[in-house]
Amino acid sequence: MNEYNFAYLDEQTKRMIRRAILKGLAVPGYQVPFASREMPMPYGWGTGGVQVSAATLTPDDTFKVIDQGADDTTNAVSIRKFFENTAGVETTEETEKATVIQTRHRIPEVKLREDQIIVYQVPIPEPLRFLEPRETETRKMHSLEEYGLMHVKLYEDISQHGAISTAYAYPVKVSGRYVMDPSPIPKFDNPKLEMDAIQLFGAGREQRIYAVPPHTQVVSLDFEDYPFEATKADHPCDLCGAEDSYLDEVIMDDAGNRMFVCSDTDYCRSRRAAGHLGRLAEEDAA
Amino acid sequence: MYVAVKGGEKAIDNAHAWLAEERRGSTDVAELSIAQIREQLSLAVNRVMAEGSLFDPDLAALAIKQARGDLIEAIFLIRAYRTTLPRFGSSNPVKTSEMTCDRRISATFKDAPGGQVLGPTFDYTHRLLDFKLAAEGELPAAPKAHPREEVTPHITEFLQGEGIIQDEPPCDDIPGDLTREPMEFPAGRPLRLQSLTRGDEGFVLGMAYSTQRGYARNHAFVGELRIGKVAVEMDIPELGFAIEIGEVELTECETVNQFKGSKTEPPQFTRGYGLVFGQSERKSIAMALVDRALRWEELGEDNLGAPAQDEEFVLSHADNIQATGFLEHIKLPHYVDFQSELELVRKLRREAEERITPKEAAE
Repeated sequence: MNEYNFAYLDEQTKRMIRRAILKGLAVPGYQVPFASREMPMPYGWGTGGVQVSAATLTPDDTFKVIDQGADDTTNAVSIRKFFENTAGVETTEETEKATVIQTRHRIPEVKLREDQIIVYQVPIPEPLRFLEPRETETRKMHSLEEYGLMHVKLYEDISQHGAISTAYAYPVKVSGRYVMDPSPIPKFDNPKLEMDAIQLFGAGREQRIYAVPPHTQVVSLDFEDYPFEATKADHPCDLCGAEDSYLDEVIMDDAGNRMFVCSDTDYCRSRRAAGHLGRLAEEDAA
Repeated sequence: MYVAVKGGEKAIDNAHAWLAEERRGSTDVAELSIAQIREQLSLAVNRVMAEGSLFDPDLAALAIKQARGDLIEAIFLIRAYRTTLPRFGSSNPVKTSEMTCDRRISATFKDAPGGQVLGPTFDYTHRLLDFKLAAEGELPAAPKAHPREEVTPHITEFLQGEGIIQDEPPCDDIPGDLTREPMEFPAGRPLRLQSLTRGDEGFVLGMAYSTQRGYARNHAFVGELRIGKVAVEMDIPELGFAIEIGEVELTECETVNQFKGSKTEPPQFTRGYGLVFGQSERKSIAMALVDRALRWEELGEDNLGAPAQDEEFVLSHADNIQATGFLEHIKLPHYVDFQSELELVRKLRREAEERITPKEAAE
């Protein structure tokens, strides 16, 4: 694919995206409109993340792509291949070796460093969208810092269900100002949003980029008497025994037996390589 | 025993190989050529060019072949290709009044300068399957006439002369470009028209139909529908004047709509406008109706709360490439979100049961 520019997009487009990224970093949590391009993969399949990655990557970078925490899910494979072909950058599955990580729905378990950038794929960047469908209204609400509707929603959840019934894409307030959608990560990952790495969020179809700079305060919305709680399945990983990682539930047989495994495949692999074994680890020796 | 879902890369390659085979179909049947698609499925080619926003019949035909006839997939291929093209500049506005018309009809005047020219239309064909087409054979040649040499004036010009139709003053502002700037609302008419002309034919048709059925009704007459070729001219700075760089086939529809007047405007006829690449009649008429419905504010009409009056609603949902991508993305894995929902629902059920069942009676 030598006929395409480095990382597919032309330099003008990358410059336009970088401007949006810089603006996003300058105003943490603010959704910056950008002229999203039509990419050779469908809208809703990571076009925002791909454009942000394309504008971020340099030839010296090492790139990692995960979807649902895993490097080998089909769309992660497809995006990794896209950049192997169009940018020729080195790719890796090891979180620690990557300089740019594009992710869908997860934050890696390993703490990210200052010299790393994580790029989130975002389907609906507007945290208020399901409370108010109009962009003209939600932009006004953000500019007036009018988040009462969101608190009412959370309150109604508690009064109806006894708990805040949002399990993923749990809204956060960034740097005491903007309410932000952290993309559909499980709320288990929310505490990790305060990190050392740069976090960039790209929503291609909705034409928005936003960012959280390193060491920025990110607070999950809650109430004093109903504090935010990061939850996961109450099991250790059946392969590596990890007690601290987010787990996927896998149905194993017709009787409906379940096992729980790390959703972060690289974390699980490196733990097993270091000799940590879970309940069903021997059977997985193959 | 647990087998991790590995081998995504291999599976993808194999799926694509199978897809290629399915696309070709049985090799006992001759392969379609691009020229055959371009010449014999020209209305499909036109739709792909219109919604792909790229006038190139050969590329559109190739896209249709590659997409196995799935026109939205073909439009997607064209869009993705289009974004990689460098932009040399922009043409001057095309002069549809100088169109060489293959077809030109008016529903508002029985006759007018330029006449009624039916052209190659399905109208008045009886929709009976023609089994002769199942057997291959030569067609008798269609009768020919001398083409009209003079320009064919727009019908609305005659109404305008009488001052009975809303004036459309010329404007030299450079319109925005929805492919280069993020859409913001209110978008304004130039961006609305851009969005509608590349919008999904089915969506625009449905929106237009809803206005006919009473959701912001603005009874429309087809003042004029014309199809033909227009020259595309561009100013070349080195030359200091415009030269013709090619020609495109267009369908243009101008509707004449009833209007009783409002607080700000006297009673007069109003207009809706549709302009689409290729021979795309249904789309251009639908576009004109939706355009007219979206103009309620500038004409001082009431907002009736109808979907077709709602610019943000129409423009946000007209694009089939955006729509299909987002719709189909729910096929992608969502294990992580689903897992978090599972945990939550289990927790809520547990708590609800504990509330209902007194502790000592619990099993």
